[in-house]
Amino acid sequence: MSLDNNILSLLIFFPLLGAVVLAVLPYFEKVSDYQLKAVAFVITLVEFLISLPLFFRFNGSLSTMQFEEKIPWLTDLGVSYHLGVDGLSLLLVLLTTFLFPITVLCSWNAIRGGWRAFLCLTLFLESALIGTFAALDMILFFIFWEAVLIPMYFIIGIWGSARRIYAAIKFFIYTALGSGLMLVAIIYMYYAHIDQFGFASMNLFDLQKTSLAFDGILSPQGLVFLAFFLAFAIKVPMFPFHTWLPDAHVEAPTPGSVILAGVLLKMGTYAVIRFLIPFFPEAIEAYTGVLIALSIIGIIYGAMVAFMQTDLKKLVAYSSVSHMGLIMLGVFIFNLHGVQGGVYQMIGHGLSTGALFILVGMIYERRHTKMISEFGGLAKIMPIYALFFMIAMLSSIGLPLLNGFIGEFLILLGVFAESYLYAALGATGLVLGAVYMLWAYQRVMFGPVVKKINTGLKDLNPREIALMIPLAIMIFLMGIYPQPFLSKMEPTITRMVDEAQQEAFRADSTVPEIQKNRP
Amino acid sequence: MLALIVLAPLAGAIFNGLFFATGLSAKLTGTGRHTSDRIVGTVACAAVLVSALLSTRLFLDLLSQNPAGSEPITTELFTWMLSGTLNVSFEFLFDSLSAVMALVVTWVGFLIHVYSIGYMHHDRCYARYFTYLNIFVFFMLVLVLGNNFPMMFIGWEGVGLASYLLIGFWYEDSFRVYAGRKAFVVNRIGDFGFILGIFLIFTVFGSLNYQDVFSQLGDPAFVSGLSQSLITAMALLLFVGAVGKSAQFPLHVWLPDAMAGPTAVSALIHAATMVTAGVYMLSRCSPLFDLSPVALNVVLIVATFTAFFAATIAITQNDIKKVLAYSTVSQLGYMLMAAGAGAYVFSIFHLVTHAFFKALLFLGAGSVIHAMAGEQDIRKMGGLRGMIPVTAITFLVATLAISGFPLLSGFFSKDEILASLYSGGHTFFWAAGLLTAVLTAFYMTRLYVLTFEGAARMDYRTKSRVHESPAVMTVPLVILAVLSVFGGLLGVPGFMGESVGFHYTDLIKKFLSSSVVVHYGAEHAYSHYFGHWTLVGFSVLAAFTGIAGGILLYYRRQREPALIPCQAADAVRRGSFNKWYVDEIYDAVFVSPFNYISELCSDFDLSFIDRSLDGLSDFVRNLSGRLSALQTGLLRYYVAAMVGGVVVIIVLIFIYGSMGS
Repeated sequence: MSLDNNILSLLIFFPLLGAVVLAVLPYFEKVSDYQLKAVAFVITLVEFLISLPLFFRFNGSLSTMQFEEKIPWLTDLGVSYHLGVDGLSLLLVLLTTFLFPITVLCSWNAIRGGWRAFLCLTLFLESALIGTFAALDMILFFIFWEAVLIPMYFIIGIWGSARRIYAAIKFFIYTALGSGLMLVAIIYMYYAHIDQFGFASMNLFDLQKTSLAFDGILSPQGLVFLAFFLAFAIKVPMFPFHTWLPDAHVEAPTPGSVILAGVLLKMGTYAVIRFLIPFFPEAIEAYTGVLIALSIIGIIYGAMVAFMQTDLKKLVAYSSVSHMGLIMLGVFIFNLHGVQGGVYQMIGHGLSTGALFILVGMIYERRHTKMISEFGGLAKIMPIYALFFMIAMLSSIGLPLLNGFIGEFLILLGVFAESYLYAALGATGLVLGAVYMLWAYQRVMFGPVVKKINTGLKDLNPREIALMIPLAIMIFLMGIYPQPFLSKMEPTITRMVDEAQQEAFRADSTVPEIQKNRP
Repeated sequence: MLALIVLAPLAGAIFNGLFFATGLSAKLTGTGRHTSDRIVGTVACAAVLVSALLSTRLFLDLLSQNPAGSEPITTELFTWMLSGTLNVSFEFLFDSLSAVMALVVTWVGFLIHVYSIGYMHHDRCYARYFTYLNIFVFFMLVLVLGNNFPMMFIGWEGVGLASYLLIGFWYEDSFRVYAGRKAFVVNRIGDFGFILGIFLIFTVFGSLNYQDVFSQLGDPAFVSGLSQSLITAMALLLFVGAVGKSAQFPLHVWLPDAMAGPTAVSALIHAATMVTAGVYMLSRCSPLFDLSPVALNVVLIVATFTAFFAATIAITQNDIKKVLAYSTVSQLGYMLMAAGAGAYVFSIFHLVTHAFFKALLFLGAGSVIHAMAGEQDIRKMGGLRGMIPVTAITFLVATLAISGFPLLSGFFSKDEILASLYSGGHTFFWAAGLLTAVLTAFYMTRLYVLTFEGAARMDYRTKSRVHESPAVMTVPLVILAVLSVFGGLLGVPGFMGESVGFHYTDLIKKFLSSSVVVHYGAEHAYSHYFGHWTLVGFSVLAAFTGIAGGILLYYRRQREPALIPCQAADAVRRGSFNKWYVDEIYDAVFVSPFNYISELCSDFDLSFIDRSLDGLSDFVRNLSGRLSALQTGLLRYYVAAMVGGVVVIIVLIFIYGSMGS
């Protein structure tokens, strides 16, 4: 049994095992909170080290699933324990394993009490997230997808700030509503597949072959598409399903926000590429215009609302709405550059927004407020903090040589090839991002120190610097030398785009071609 | 060696930034401020000096080729972005155009670095200053030496960042920070056009590498297949970027405010180098622009208007740096006028001479401000010539050079631009350029006279402390003054050389012709009324008219003349003094509506979208609340219910599944 054959299972179950150990450890030996934290940190760090071979041994010239594992599970139902990664999911798995040690480090002072429960839930969350990205069976995927909800719900609901219960329930109901619909849709597809092929399978590649009749939104394909779309659009979140996000972020403790923005939102974008677009070619073809319009509205609307925010965390949350809109724009354009840029931007956004939430958390720990007006002149008091904030901000607004630029550039290049207008509208995010980010940065960091209480603030301590440095390094690395990452995803995405085009070609006979906005 | 030119300033920035700006060295080695400042200054200057020497070395290599510059030097470091047909490398190009730019950037940059050692001497954040300055030089070199459009874009945005950081260098002052942010945002509007232009170029040419793009443009068969509107669209989108970076109307508003930065920064970034990036871009893309008469006309109109418009503002400003800022906007317009007339080489020629005298003017202004303990209002100056003679004399040289005083550098470059406008048949624009030249000479003379001549108008305390700057500041002034005098030798027109038996004529044009489109003979085909010398006569007349006007109005009185013949004239002067209210108009037309709409969106988000979806979730919550009494607030019931639901469904599937099979 070589590592390669089981590395994904190891990645999924190792944190889970760690969670169990942490849960039972106190029954055998008296452990301090500090020791619990240290153990959890080591577990996530080891997890990250285990995931590295996944990256380095991944064959970047293949477009197929690698590190596949398949164990029959409910054979009658065609359900199997089936895992694998391709160029699409590989980097998302790595993003997850990369962010978790940092998350544990940043929770050091952000969490008040209940350490054992918190760390167990965090580890459980990591397992579920990796499972979501690696599952190739629809039922398995659904289980992991739902499993993510539980720890996140508790992390917000227990360790959040004042309105945490409201935010947690809102988060839960929104996303559970979406996934309920998705489950119904999965079951429908499952039976349709049995009807067409005569055998039961939950394998996503089998289900993908199922063709559903499409004739408007009320036809089978239309409804199933709608159910999937709602589930994913809420998760992303796309305009107008985004309002759970600012509340969840504002109330969530820092580590919760980091995981939420860094990884959780990417479940939605990932699922759109993995399921929505391959499964429903006709529906996608028919509604591309609407999907793109929602994405573009998200970019501009998110930025404008972010501009008005007085709470720094809320501002970052709305900036996520804007950025996710850009990612979805690239994804729905569905050509190589658009999708590749989209996936790259998912990683980039995970790093830069993760960093921003951590940084907001750091001043929250010091001042117990996130209101922008409470600050000012911090650059003088906390220069190192200001430097890291600057790097994260510049990455977020897509400055060349930082990671944000690569994704934005590829997305817009891809969009431009389809429509000048969409690209121009999408590129307004470039200007708007600078508008709200620099304005916020100015109010927090520059100007005179108005509030006396801020003069005593301490700059980052070694732990805080240590957790920011890997993020900063990745932000630079992915901006200066993106090739190792881009090349690993290219064959997979090329294949997916080609397949979708063939599907669309087939679909073209039934659906009139949508108007492209070429002059 | 080529890559080293770019990397040396980066290394300087990293070294200074990491060890000194963060205070790490003080912590580790206990170095005192005096010592560490000396190390920082030396490292920063040395880094730029290395770039300058290497650029010179490569420049000499180019010169030794026959014909000079015929074999550009290129080097590729690594592949930056590779995705499908997109292939962008980290590659550099050293051809005649980038050689000229690199020499200006590194040598003028070096002088300004040296000057800064003296100018920033008292500043607490000395290391941070030099770190930013080196970062700027790095990005500027990426901009001019990059071998593809994305590389130019890296530099383009990078210098914007450096400019933002340096304008707001003294960040405790809210206005300075605001000015930096304004510069960044306005530039981003330009970059928006630039990046769309890049996308269009990629769509049309399938590559973003200069050689690939321009060689296809040189292929008549390929070009004939392109629609004229497509070429115009590409050129105009790129030009939007140039309008932003080179502060042309209507995006000029950031540059005057950018004067909030340290004066040495104004000299380097906001006069000599960064703002000329747009001029460089047009020359670099001259094969493209040359194919679109429409685009060239747009460039010509925008540039001429900007040149004239900015000059009308400069004549009434009282802040020494504001005068120079509007003068810069105006002179950038001048350079782009040349490009618009198809005389790209002369736009670069004027760029070079302007870099000399405008850097000198700003550094001189810095020396004045230094001497005046921070005072920038020329109404409170006067009589400084006797007190700070080196600054005064060098400032006078620069004033005469920019005014177009015969045989000084500005005279040649300006005259070439005017001559090409005239010979290109753009008589109206030639006349406008001539009028702008009169205004230029006028406001520069006014500035010089009010600052240095007549009686001292500052208070006694300030006056007693006025002192000449240290050698580290005055030596760069003197060097730049020498360059301002003799810089014109780079481009002595052929007909002038002939008449005095001087053979080294049109040097810069010949050299640049290997990389920039040159219309041979075009500027000699005078189909119009005036000949060479008559045109020169007009230019000289314009310079002298302006200078004489400045002396007549200001030398005796030393204040704004009271001769306001009518209300209309007074209104014009107020308009000019208030910069024609452009900022106010933008506030009313763009900024306020943007704020208003953002506020609407924000309200809409809270009161409509959130409310309506809350309603939905309330409904669900109530429903489930009734069903399973979940409103007890015990969270675990939610989870239990959900897990239970999933289990039930799986069981159902199982039952139905086995029934089906």
